[in-house]
Amino acid sequence: MGIIDFIFYVSAALVLGSATVVVTSRNPVRSALALVLTFLASASIWMLAYAEFLALILILVYVGAVMTLFLFVIMMLDIDVVTTRQRFVRYAPLVIAMGVILTGLLLLALKPDYFVFAHLQSAVDYGLSYSNTAELGKILYTEYVLAFEVAAVLLLVAIIAAVSLAHRKPRDCKTQQPVAQMMVDPKQRIRLVKPERK
Amino acid sequence: MVMNFIFPDFSAIIPEMIILAFACAALLADLFSPRQQKHLAYLLTQVGLAVAAIVTFVQWGKPTVVTFNYQFISDDISRLLKLFIYLTVFGAFYYSRQYLAQRNIPRGEYYVLGLFSTLGMMLLVSSHSFITLFLGLELLSLPLYAMVALQRDSAIASEAAMKYFVMGAIASGMLLYGMSLLYGASGSLDLALVAKSIIQSSNSQSWMYAFALVFIVAGIAFKFAAAPFHMWAPDVYSGSPSCVTLFLSSAPKVAAFGMALRLLVFALPDLFSQWQQLLMVLALFSIVLGNIFAIAQTNLKRMLAYSSIAHIGYMLLGLIAGTQFGYSASLFYILIYALMALAAFGMIVLLSKAGFEAENIEDFKGLNVRNPWLAFLVMLVMFSMAGIPPTIGFISKFLVLKAVIDVGIVWLAVIAVVFAMIGAFYYLRIVKTMYFDAPADASTLMIGRDMQLVISLNGIALLVLGLFPAGLLQACLTALG
Repeated sequence: MGIIDFIFYVSAALVLGSATVVVTSRNPVRSALALVLTFLASASIWMLAYAEFLALILILVYVGAVMTLFLFVIMMLDIDVVTTRQRFVRYAPLVIAMGVILTGLLLLALKPDYFVFAHLQSAVDYGLSYSNTAELGKILYTEYVLAFEVAAVLLLVAIIAAVSLAHRKPRDCKTQQPVAQMMVDPKQRIRLVKPERK
Repeated sequence: MVMNFIFPDFSAIIPEMIILAFACAALLADLFSPRQQKHLAYLLTQVGLAVAAIVTFVQWGKPTVVTFNYQFISDDISRLLKLFIYLTVFGAFYYSRQYLAQRNIPRGEYYVLGLFSTLGMMLLVSSHSFITLFLGLELLSLPLYAMVALQRDSAIASEAAMKYFVMGAIASGMLLYGMSLLYGASGSLDLALVAKSIIQSSNSQSWMYAFALVFIVAGIAFKFAAAPFHMWAPDVYSGSPSCVTLFLSSAPKVAAFGMALRLLVFALPDLFSQWQQLLMVLALFSIVLGNIFAIAQTNLKRMLAYSSIAHIGYMLLGLIAGTQFGYSASLFYILIYALMALAAFGMIVLLSKAGFEAENIEDFKGLNVRNPWLAFLVMLVMFSMAGIPPTIGFISKFLVLKAVIDVGIVWLAVIAVVFAMIGAFYYLRIVKTMYFDAPADASTLMIGRDMQLVISLNGIALLVLGLFPAGLLQACLTALG
């Protein structure tokens, strides 16, 4: 077993182990941190496949930006761990049964020789002068230019959707109105009532 | 790597470019126009739809173009579907104008998101690879989730949006999983190459294809809201503001049909015997559950949601037949359904007033007294949905039934007919409510003259098409021929 194989198996084990922790951990923060570990381990597997650009992007974007944001969200929210836990226990038998059935079917249906490996080449080392990023850029802007542009539109739509849902117009939010407050008439604020004497 | 790059044929994608340009223009116009002139976004979206419709109409009948490295196809099916998508989106925007103005719903965003969703539908029906298909689907769905939640002060709308979003995400995930399996088995994302590799595949591999197919069909069924993947539809339909229900009940169904056609008929034609059985189960469940549950509803939007589930079941009959005629019949059915849904939900939107939603069946009590012409139009729509001649709903039901009987699946046709008769009960109940029940408020009900004109055209079209269906039917036959 060469060093490459060794790194692969260690990373793969890390991916599986940390992914399990993500799902089973009691503490949401711990889940998020385990997810970070999953990303790091997957990045190292991609690195072995000479996908340097993708591996670095995974770390920069997901670990650096998305997960940090996610941690903030978790800390802002008051998540009731106990109820989630109870629900998990209640549905556990059903979930496990479904998982076993699905995995069984998968093992039955998917055998390695069914996949067309002739189409897929094993990772090739093109040497140091080969730029992963440049090649990816070339293919994105030529063969996949339509998909690339549609993805851009999709991101634009995500921004519009988020803003239209989160942005409040002035009439929707409570703000101070200094002029109205200064011009107020005492009679509008307090009403003096004379109690009836019996 | 780039040596064999062919410059894409941009002429095929002009309608998409027009819609994108107008959507961006409408977005900017809405942002920068003064508060009094908020109808600028509306005008731009409608003009964009009209221009795109003209370009697509000019393309009609021209030879099929496959371009953008086999990712985009412009053929007569996609053109016909696109024309109906423009038409239904145009109608939905038209009906929604007043409804939006009377409520606390951001108007500009509604039109802009709707137009982006339309762009997603167009890409979806024109996709020639899994990548464009999936991106088109997401571009179609994402604005819809936001549109359902646009009415921020409504708790049910937020709940509906959440349900829709989670269910939609699950559906996308399933579809993506199926696609990834197909990619692994065929080594290609191109729909035509996938079809080719299935013919050449070994017998043992068919297991794998069948497994992938299950996920693909489940994803499609979720998007169609075909039973047993229908749970989200009634809640989303009744929870969202009526103008959004109007939008998502018509055009996205047409686009979903395009997706089913591309995935099942174009990419997986050799798995026909397998997906035929899956679709049979879906059709049977949809027809039975849709029609039975619709009877129990008192909310019209929920009733129409169940009715849409039943209609999807009937539409699937044509695909089950698996013949050219069957596919054309399904295409015809879905186009007609989009028109009927547009009229039915359009009526709910138009009869609603500020602070009042005409969404319960009892809100239609005595409509004949209050406005006989509108009552007549609702009656036409209900007759058409029930499939009563001489409306177009009869012809479309007849065609799909003929398609399954032609291939000898008579039992399915018999069940479909029996449940169509059961279904007629709840459509006719609306007619009875309008004509024979006393209104709670006998005052005359008026809607704007411009709205009246368009809803009349929409309703009358169901009758006129029913009398002269040959033109549209011919278009459907040539599109698939």
